[in-house]
Amino acid sequence: MKKTLLSLAAAAAVMSFGTMAAEAKVKACFIYVGPIGDFGWSYQHHQGALEAQKQLGEDNVELAYLESVPEGADAERALERFARSGCNIIFTTSFGYMDATNKVAGKFPDVKFEHATGYKREHPNVSTYNSKFHEGRYVQGVIAAKMSKAGVAGYIASFPIPEVVLGINAFMLGAQSVNPDFKLKVVWANTWFDPGKEADAAKALIDQGADIITQHTDSTAAMQVAAERGVKAFGQASDMIKFGPDTQLTSIVDNWGPYYAKRIKAVMDGNWEQSDVWGGMADGHVVMAPYTNMPDDVKKAAEDTQAKITGGFSPFTGPINKQDGTEWLKAGEVADNGVLLGLNFYVKGVDDKLPQ
Amino acid sequence: MRIELSKRPQHSTLFSVLSPFIALALTLVAGAIMFSLLGKNPGEALYFYFIDPLREVWSLHELAVKAAPLILIAVGLSICYLSNNWNIGAEGQFIAGAVLGSFIPVVFPGFQNWTVLPLMLIMGMAGGAAYAAVPAYLKVRFNTNEILTSLMLVYVAQLFNDWLVRGIWRNPEGMSFPGTAPFHEYAVLPAIWPDAGRAHWGIVFALVAAVVAWFMLSKTLRGFEVKVLGQSPRAGRFAGFSSSRMVFFAFIVSGALAGLAGICEVSGAVGHLNEKLSIGYGFTAIIVAFLGRLNPLGIVAAGIILALTYLGGEAAQISIGVSDKVVRAFQGMLLFFVLACDTLIHYRIRLVSALPRSKTAEA
Repeated sequence: MKKTLLSLAAAAAVMSFGTMAAEAKVKACFIYVGPIGDFGWSYQHHQGALEAQKQLGEDNVELAYLESVPEGADAERALERFARSGCNIIFTTSFGYMDATNKVAGKFPDVKFEHATGYKREHPNVSTYNSKFHEGRYVQGVIAAKMSKAGVAGYIASFPIPEVVLGINAFMLGAQSVNPDFKLKVVWANTWFDPGKEADAAKALIDQGADIITQHTDSTAAMQVAAERGVKAFGQASDMIKFGPDTQLTSIVDNWGPYYAKRIKAVMDGNWEQSDVWGGMADGHVVMAPYTNMPDDVKKAAEDTQAKITGGFSPFTGPINKQDGTEWLKAGEVADNGVLLGLNFYVKGVDDKLPQ
Repeated sequence: MRIELSKRPQHSTLFSVLSPFIALALTLVAGAIMFSLLGKNPGEALYFYFIDPLREVWSLHELAVKAAPLILIAVGLSICYLSNNWNIGAEGQFIAGAVLGSFIPVVFPGFQNWTVLPLMLIMGMAGGAAYAAVPAYLKVRFNTNEILTSLMLVYVAQLFNDWLVRGIWRNPEGMSFPGTAPFHEYAVLPAIWPDAGRAHWGIVFALVAAVVAWFMLSKTLRGFEVKVLGQSPRAGRFAGFSSSRMVFFAFIVSGALAGLAGICEVSGAVGHLNEKLSIGYGFTAIIVAFLGRLNPLGIVAAGIILALTYLGGEAAQISIGVSDKVVRAFQGMLLFFVLACDTLIHYRIRLVSALPRSKTAEA
């Protein structure tokens, strides 16, 4: 009993000392929807957090994180606990935290909140940020059209939300820039992470004649199936070359570190301001893994496309028709971000009916 | 040599009462060992786990938010389990209640007055009850195994809800993201003390349900019927009790309470219906029901303890950096020790040697 009391007292002492020491530092807190070991979405966010801390110095930045936080009623509690535990800036790294982020931000005006992939900024201390992953998918489309012998690629999609539809369209447009008759088949896996389902989807697509596989789901299963069946594939979220050394053409790597470092630095310097950032290749948010398993001319085409996008080209530059053949963008017209962020239709050539 | 469980002729009343506490103590000891193995100071870890979340008012409110659905569902399950009906599908009934309860604010958003909330709660209960009546009917009519049917219906409910909120019920202003529009003010279950924290009326419903169920089980003929049919269906038949009617009664009450928990969660804690609703309350409530020894009042305490493990898990993760998996490990240990203690109250362990008796005696 005595011992317990002692350790309780010790714990209390550690705690109060902890808060005192923290005053000099900026405390940056991260809330993740998945486990940090998923090698996909949450993993990359955590890597970004660690990179930001390394860049700004461990003496200046203290990190705290909560992983696998459900996106319902629990998120609000987790955020409030963060805000009360002395966090100066809180990154909420999944779309489903949107309402909870805004609610808690209203209660704690001195804490800065950064919500990934959302669109609500109801208080001056809430910013939103996202990355233009579709820029990378356009490059992948170019590579796919050059590499495919059958002229057919298979796309494993997660859920019919705008970002996923945007990615499918960008891939299609990239492929069409090389081969106007290129075909894209889509399978909706209805999951972000389910290796079994993703593998089945990859098999089904290959059986339907696709010889290039790409995915908007997080596991490495499709890459492994593609390797077994001898077709090429693109990785997702992180560099998956380990899982398909002779298979991966490239991978879109989510690179959050520079943004996190910039925002935490702004809090340190006292000049943090509300913003809505949608960073792409030019900002270093979207990084392509090395171009591998392809001839030099394809690699050259990929690098040229990447340079073009970094130089300011938008994959959604007209003329572009919708799937039903009606005109969407006139020649030279560029889709504005608002339309892209709510995109709910396919461009011409996608061989699938969008689930509504 | 082998180990045998033999039934005790009588079991100790004292230990029956003490067993949940012994189980809790053993869990704490095992938890302390686990933290030491993880290289953390066990005293500090247990402090953050079980004391820190109780120190502040807002956190107590959060405890109530988390405990309310667990208690509501577990009280219903206790009636099922006491009457020997193994309803494993409370998660599905929870979702069915949430979906049907959301019907009015989603389909008729213009219908706004004070009757909306009571109607939502009633429809939530009706949804859960109707969904639970399916395995009950299958059991009575076709003698199917209710463990399987009720469990499988969970997946049906999850996918149906998913389909709704991505499709016809999706918020038209939600940028094509899944989820209904936020409920209007008449459809939101209010907080009890909005200035102090988030606890909504769900916790009050949970406490009332627990007291009513306790009264029913211990003081009324209906409660006697539940227990008799649960322990000996044959004796129940001699007493003139209908076991088919009991199957329906238990499932419908249990389903209604799970449905109420579902609509309270949607209307009180979240504010709209989305696809992230199902996070396993219906399954965790099974632990709560057994930890509370299938006694509704015990379930109140058990629900609070289980809710505390979630809150404590977060506090410990933030302050000393232990993994969120520790929460699961804690809940698993708790259930294991509860069941082990119960087993040892009813049975004793004997080591039976394969050798002849005389030789064992000599050894």
